[in-house]
Amino acid sequence: MIDFASSFALVMPELLLTAAGLILLLVAAWGGDKLARPVAILAVSALFGAGVMTVPGLHFGVDGADTYAFGTLMKVDSFALFSKALIYLAAIGCLIVAPAFFNSAAAGAERGLRAEYPVLVLFATLGMSIMVSASDFMTLYLGLELNSLAAYVLASILRADQRSAEAGLKYFVLGALASGILLYGMSLLYGFTGGTDFASVRAGLEGELSTGQLFGLIFVMAGLAFKIAAVPFHMWTPDVYEGAPTPVTAFFATAPKVAAVALTARVAFEVFGGQVLAWQQIVMFAALASIVFGALGAIGQENLKRLLAYSSINNIGFILLGLAVASPAGASAMLIYLFIYVAMSLGSFVALLMLRSEDGNLFETFGDIAGLAVTRPAIAWCLLLLMFSLAGIPPLLGFYSKFVVFQATVEAGLVVFAAIAIAASVIGAFYYIKFVKVMFFDEPAGVATGKSGAAHWVLLAITAVIISPLGYLLTPSLTDLADKAARALFMAV
Amino acid sequence: MIQVLAFYLFAGLVIASAVMVIMARNPVHSVLWLILSFFNAAGLMVLVGAEFIAMLLVIVYVGAVAVLFLFVVMMLDIDFAAMRAGFIKNFPLGIAVALILLAELFLGLGAYGAGGIELGTPDGTAAERGDVSNIQAIGALLYGRYIVLFEIAGIILLVAMIGAIVLTHREAKPGARGRQDIGKQIRRRPEEATVMKNPEYGKGVEL
Repeated sequence: MIDFASSFALVMPELLLTAAGLILLLVAAWGGDKLARPVAILAVSALFGAGVMTVPGLHFGVDGADTYAFGTLMKVDSFALFSKALIYLAAIGCLIVAPAFFNSAAAGAERGLRAEYPVLVLFATLGMSIMVSASDFMTLYLGLELNSLAAYVLASILRADQRSAEAGLKYFVLGALASGILLYGMSLLYGFTGGTDFASVRAGLEGELSTGQLFGLIFVMAGLAFKIAAVPFHMWTPDVYEGAPTPVTAFFATAPKVAAVALTARVAFEVFGGQVLAWQQIVMFAALASIVFGALGAIGQENLKRLLAYSSINNIGFILLGLAVASPAGASAMLIYLFIYVAMSLGSFVALLMLRSEDGNLFETFGDIAGLAVTRPAIAWCLLLLMFSLAGIPPLLGFYSKFVVFQATVEAGLVVFAAIAIAASVIGAFYYIKFVKVMFFDEPAGVATGKSGAAHWVLLAITAVIISPLGYLLTPSLTDLADKAARALFMAV
Repeated sequence: MIQVLAFYLFAGLVIASAVMVIMARNPVHSVLWLILSFFNAAGLMVLVGAEFIAMLLVIVYVGAVAVLFLFVVMMLDIDFAAMRAGFIKNFPLGIAVALILLAELFLGLGAYGAGGIELGTPDGTAAERGDVSNIQAIGALLYGRYIVLFEIAGIILLVAMIGAIVLTHREAKPGARGRQDIGKQIRRRPEEATVMKNPEYGKGVEL
């Protein structure tokens, strides 16, 4: 029988998010869009509360058999808690910047924050939270679908905007295809191993893989690669990132990425942990291809959101490199990279959201940010920090994240792959530095003159401080948490 | 023997009709092929002894989902006159499909009477049926061991509903035609709604 009391105690953050989502939905239904701002504030507090609940477990480090909830359906160990805390933080950041965008002229014909927006973000976050603590293919799939369904709606929430509708439709069709591939892989694994929970699938995969099992493994990995937008399943990313409203793009680039990467890592180690050689080359290929294509694809881009989309593909490559090493050090490096990546991309999108004209329209191309150092020096300097950090230039924290990944790769004896990745990151540095060149050395366009609220400044300042050399003060505790999480992940191996 | 025969018939038709779903040029035909593949999947379920799931497939998928699809497809711009034109030409095919379904019915019933196909488990032993019925076994799993998944599925459906409303609902402007104010309708009394008039012969009424 299931011990419900201890199970519920383990999933308290999810329970809080569910309750908050349902109550706020009622508030939104009765109060209408007038109450959108209070609903958003309450949603942020609920996310914050859920984040606080993860702190004790994170601090002390939890792993082993006590972390299973509802039989073997969910597993709330340090790894899940680390990902959850990161997801909640990212979701909070993206909710805070949403009202200013939707209430400005940038939202087009349908101005005004919809009261359902924070509710959908809450449910998407709930889905991600379930995803990262899944230890059964059924839980995994339900969490993934809960997240994806809410994400499709968020992408097309500006109904009057054609680009938003296009982004939503593309995301929906390709996401449904990827879910189908994933589900097919899971059904093959179930058929050939006789179980859906990770432990029994793992037990069924011992020894030589049969063709059906190998197909299942590849389909599952391909479906997950789509969700994290790794090459060759990345085609949807630039279009969706460009078309979706910018706060939603910021959300897509941070929280769901963390969830999908964590999920991929868990599946790779807990389900296919006995068959590392079978998936290592696939992940290694996806990692290197993502790094190279992400760097090359970004070069010709004029639109800043598309550029950041390619940048996220490039970064996913480095994260996958940590995964492909298949060692606790690699997994820990992957988590550290994830944390720093979230800070960098959240900061970049917040800065993009602050580039607005006097009447509130947003700017998205290189031409608009020309000479920003003269007109908006503070934003320009923050963007300079963020771009140099994304490029991995030393005193900034982006360098540290790449360093730990390369260190783990080299320690595992994969020097060739590390060399290819370093070469590609030099190519990637080109467009990050182009960003800086346009801002600091081009004739000022002088169009981005609109003012931004205090919340934007606070968020931008926080991310800038995290990635600045001051961020190194964080690294001992971050490394400690990431090591605990990686250890929990490798309990099964 | 009869089970094996029935299995290959059902399985072959599921695949063939699934191929036709994506090959058919006419979307209405696609939905009809989909219904055929659902029926055959239900037959497969009967063969493995899962009568309840077979019935669910027929009632929920064929009865509700596919018919809903059909309604949606019929809202598309399709030339129905051109579609009906080939009735005589398609008649033999229709009869053939009907005969196959009839044969399947008897085969399925015969196979079910002869006992279901034994499903294997990884360690080589067949799964124990026990003496609980299908519905009891599913209910015990769904509302016991997997209750949390059941609840998550409920939230997914809720999100789908919120999404459909967020993306399609448009607030009607006050005073727009066809806007329904239920409170106002209920408050209305007979004396406000009707007037007695006694018009003169050959003249109209002015209200």
